[in-house]
Formats: sequence, C-alpha cells, structure tokens
Amino acid sequence: MTWVTNNMELIFRALGWHIALSVPAMVAALVCSIPLGWLAHRIPRLSGPIITGSGLLFAIPSLPLLIILPVITGTGLRDGINVVIALTLYGIALLVRSVADGFNSITAETRLAATALGYSWLRRLFTVELPLAAPVILTGLRVVAASTIALCTVGAVLGIPSLGTLFTDGFQRKILAEILTGIILTLGLAGATDGILVLAGKLLMPWRRQVA
Amino acid sequence: MNIIQETFTWLTSGSTWNEAGNDLLGRSLEHLQYSGMAVAIAAVIAIPAGWSMGHTGRFAGLVVAITGAARALPTLGLITLFGLLLGIGLLPPMIALVILAIPSILAGTYSGIQTIDPAVQDAARAQGFTTPQLVARVQLPLGLAMIIGGLRSAFIQVMSTAILIAYVGAGGLGRFIFLGIKTQNTPMTLGAAVWIMVLVIVADALFGLIQRLATPSGVRHLAARFQTSEAGR
Repeated sequence: MTWVTNNMELIFRALGWHIALSVPAMVAALVCSIPLGWLAHRIPRLSGPIITGSGLLFAIPSLPLLIILPVITGTGLRDGINVVIALTLYGIALLVRSVADGFNSITAETRLAATALGYSWLRRLFTVELPLAAPVILTGLRVVAASTIALCTVGAVLGIPSLGTLFTDGFQRKILAEILTGIILTLGLAGATDGILVLAGKLLMPWRRQVA
Repeated sequence: MNIIQETFTWLTSGSTWNEAGNDLLGRSLEHLQYSGMAVAIAAVIAIPAGWSMGHTGRFAGLVVAITGAARALPTLGLITLFGLLLGIGLLPPMIALVILAIPSILAGTYSGIQTIDPAVQDAARAQGFTTPQLVARVQLPLGLAMIIGGLRSAFIQVMSTAILIAYVGAGGLGRFIFLGIKTQNTPMTLGAAVWIMVLVIVADALFGLIQRLATPSGVRHLAARFQTSEAGR
C-alpha cells in the first residue's frame, strides 16, 4: 500500500498512456467494422471471406504482430502507433461479425416498410437499419473493449508504455505491489469502460429498456 | 528490403535450426510441449466442470462471468505475478497458462452440452440409457465439436501467450524474441516472430480439421456457429 501512495504519479502516467493507446484503437475498430460488417451483410459472397478472414486475424499472436508491424509502417519498435494499429486489427476481427449479425437480425418487413415510406437506401441505413443493429454492435463492442484493454499491456515487454509497464517494472524490481496494482487497474479500467458503454447504450438507445 | 532479406537468411540458415546453433526446432517443440501441457491440465479441470454445469443447467451465470472476466485479465500481469511469487522455473508460468486456458475450454464444453436438444436427451433416457451411456453415446458425440472448438481457442491463446514466459526466464520460442531485442539482432527477433505466426496458423488450421472430422455430418451446421473468435482471447 505504501508503494501505491508513494508512486501515484507513475501509476497515473501508466493509466494515461494506457487510455491513450486503447481508446483510439476501440474507436478506429468501430469506425472500420461498421462498413465492413455492412458489406458482409449486403453481399453474401463477401460474407464468408470477411468472417473467416477476421477469425484468422484474431488467431495471430499479439507480440509477433507488434514486432512485424514496425517493418510495415516504417516506425520504431517502441512507437505506440503500432500498438494502436494491432489493437485496431484485433478489434475489427471481433467486431465485424457483430455488425454483420446486427444487420442480419433486421427483418425484411422492416426494410420494406422503410422503403415503402419513401426512404432512400442511405437514409434507411442511417435512420432505420443502424439503430436497429446498434444493440448487437454494442454487445460486440463491450467484448472488444475488454480484450483491447487487456491486450494493450503486452506492448510493455517491447518498451511501449502502458499499464503493462507496471508488470515489467514490478517484475524487474521485484515489487509485488506494482504488479498487483497493474492487474487491478487493468481490470478496473475494463470494468469502467464497460459501464460507460452500457450507459452510453441506454442514453443513445432510449427505446430499449435494457441493453443485453 | 534489406532487413527482410536478413530475416529470411536467419530463418533458412542451418545453424538457426540445429542443436549446435540456436536450436529453433528444439525450442519450437518445447513451445508446443508447454502449450499442450497447459491445455491438457486445464482440460482435466474445465471439461468435467463445464460438463456438470451444462448437464445440470446450474451455474450458467458463472460460466458467462468467468469467460467475461477472463477477457479483461492481462496475461502479462499473471505471468509476472506468478514469476515473482514463485520464482524462476517452469511451474509459475505454467500456472498462469493453465488459468488462461480454462475459460475457453469451460465455455466450449458448457455450450457443447447445453445446446444439445433436450428432446434428444429425453429420448435417450426414455430408451433406458443410464447416465454413463447418455454421456458416452449422446452428449459426447453431439458436443465433441464444440469441446474441441474450446480446446482450439485455448491452445491458440496459450501458444500466443507462451511467448511471454521467456520474459520471466522460462523457455519456449519467446527466447529468440527477447534475446534478439536485447542483443539488437533484428533478423532473429523478426524471424522468430514470423515463425511463431506460421506455427500458430498451422496449429489453428489443424485443430479446425480435427473439429470438422469430430463432427457427425448431421450436426455440422451446429459446429459452424462456434468458432475461434467466440471464445475470446
């Protein structure tokens, strides 16, 4: 406990780094997954390759990916951008399926009703289909948030700062409290993010009493 | 382009692979052995537990809670925690790997048993099947694909995570990555990273094949629902 009170600054810095890496990755994953998932839903021929491809992408181990990405992006091994890219890729791998499932869950009658009311396909997409698919997408996003926050720590072994730094530093200097702090904060951050997502879901989708 | 050539040279050079040199082959076998061991121990715990939860229908909330919480659990944190608590050697990281493997296998087994149509099980009971007969002749054949699906996710996840055990002084393929970083031998780091990716993808494909073979043709559509991505990482 004394370690925690004496090292508040280090802890908050690690937490800040962690948020700075994981939040952009989650946002980017969501932004990329919606069009991809929509494509998988609209064009059945693409659905197979997109879903299989994202499954395969998720099987790729994170540390090797973090080592290979800098060669492709031309950045240094310790550049945080590679963590953001890797986490975005994993996020897309998980989320594309949820987005496609969400769009697929809308009944044909609903679509036809919107078309009969004179909605253009674009307006139908944004005002009818996306809101109806949103609860399923949110469930997927919650899974992505938890795994993104946990995976983000791996970069620490390459020297990319995050809450994982508390693990590597705690191990090197043999400070048990530091490692425990890192684990608790990672789980806490994941829990808090989940709470924020559930709350955002309730505010953005007031027509649903509860979001799964 | 130069670095890619150097990496390729490292991967294809004889001394990288044999025992006199870096022994990439030996380390690969060691890596697979550790991963297999962790998954086997986890399976001994998680398959009976998942079966009893799926069979009785009780503690369903617990399965969801465990798999949910496991997603947010930082693997590096567990490995360094046990490494510091229990010291150097294989045992500390092995405990961490077993803990990581349990949720996927538990979820796979649970869903495998849970999704069997109750009418099928009632029919077997009505025919006079005893519980061991029900398990061996109904639940196991019908649930096997999903159980293997759970083992597949667990194995892939453990193979990926086992890279990190070299960080706390254990063996496996992570050795090359950390040694390469420490000695600034980029071709070694990159070569090992590429090699691990290949191994993981091959292992995943092999498991996919086993999963397909283990599925009775009548329930193949069921197996398609449970893929690697669903059990989490």
